[in-house]
Amino acid sequence: MCLGIPGEIVELIPGQTDLATVDVVGVRRAIHIGLLGDQGVRPGDWVLVHVGFAMSKIDEAEAAATLALLTGLGQAYTDELEALAESDIT
Amino acid sequence: MRFVDEYRDAEKAKRLASQIRELCEPGRKYTFMEVCGGHTHTIYKHGLEDYLPEAVTLVHGPGCPVCVIPMGRVDDAMAIARRPEVIMTSFGDMMRVPGGKGSFLDAKAAGADIRMVYSPLDALKIARTNPDRMVVFMGIGFETTAPSTAMTVLRAAAEGLTNFSVFCNHVTIIPAIKAILDSPDQRLDGFIGPGHVSTVIGCRPYEFIAGTYGKPLVCAGFEPLDILQSIHMLLRQLADGRAEVENQYTRVVPWDGNRRALEVISQVMELRPYFEWRGLGFISRSALRMREAYAAYDAEARFDVPGVRVADPLACQCGEVLKGVLKPWECKVFGTACTPETPIGTCMVSSEGACAAYYNFGRFTRRRLEETSLT
Repeated sequence: MCLGIPGEIVELIPGQTDLATVDVVGVRRAIHIGLLGDQGVRPGDWVLVHVGFAMSKIDEAEAAATLALLTGLGQAYTDELEALAESDIT
Repeated sequence: MRFVDEYRDAEKAKRLASQIRELCEPGRKYTFMEVCGGHTHTIYKHGLEDYLPEAVTLVHGPGCPVCVIPMGRVDDAMAIARRPEVIMTSFGDMMRVPGGKGSFLDAKAAGADIRMVYSPLDALKIARTNPDRMVVFMGIGFETTAPSTAMTVLRAAAEGLTNFSVFCNHVTIIPAIKAILDSPDQRLDGFIGPGHVSTVIGCRPYEFIAGTYGKPLVCAGFEPLDILQSIHMLLRQLADGRAEVENQYTRVVPWDGNRRALEVISQVMELRPYFEWRGLGFISRSALRMREAYAAYDAEARFDVPGVRVADPLACQCGEVLKGVLKPWECKVFGTACTPETPIGTCMVSSEGACAAYYNFGRFTRRRLEETSLT
């Protein structure tokens, strides 16, 4: 739950306030970007995703490092990814 | 993977380790607490203690959201979940946490409608698609997850949903750290500050730790080198006779935190006068509840919650582990009666719990640097 998973913003979902599609290691899901306030999220930006919400903007290097760290966690990361894949935020 | 190498470079780790050793005054012992369960996980996973001189001891703090939920609250949640009209929704981490009368998993097996969700927004969707049921979200976590729960409530209110509520168990990290500092058996020299909580609250709320208690704190990232570097920064402060709040994790943690997230929390939630923490007892103003204005989304206002206090099992020493007084393997039931499959205490449940991390990575000896590699 406390794992922040890096994802790349693919698009802002049209007609949906504060929802964006994010790509997390190939899994595309909707997340909420409202907690980033006026930081201006755009496609191509990397964010740390906690329980379906973008909590901070990060750069690509940080995203790559975090992903590698998470992959090394094994089961905890797999569980989190599976949970994300099950997620269906609208 | 060049980005990653930057944080994993074994040569860099060895250099840092030797700088750490140089900073240790001969004959002096240093005990640092890593507050966050994510750090505990990294430390065990990578065997970071093996890189540290004998003089430096790391103890594990209360920063595992699942670990600090008291048994009574689990029982309260279960009482709500057993109501026929209710669909209880919860993060997966919570499912095996034992209450006085079993866990969510047990209640689910006995017929309660309890569903695992990744996000509170998934719970909201369940509410939308089940208008004849009452959907309750089990809100747990520190400031990392509280804004998400609060934002979900705002969304529910905006949509006019009337069948969604939150059983709010969100806790705040600062009072827990203060309780540990005030505990008569603590002998800490400094803190490795949490990473993700700090993205929300920033670094300022820790200033009392340096100012009032005279202990340094360094907000740290989750890479092995981040943690080693934070330990180096703590030792540097002690060697200089300083006690300050420093931010090692500047690439993610802004000094002032995430203002929007804090606003959303305080719009929807307020501090409780007190809250019970597993193992730590009652701590004043240490948890959040729903504000009166959002009572319609407050499961405690909607349902009759027994509110019974259940004592922790006698054999369980999670409290001592959460305060850093005991190492996981020093607990009487560690690895015997208490395992991740059949946990007695919460520290064995979550992957962020110190006991589970220790159990899974089996770090029983402090091997020397030469024998290990940072992988």
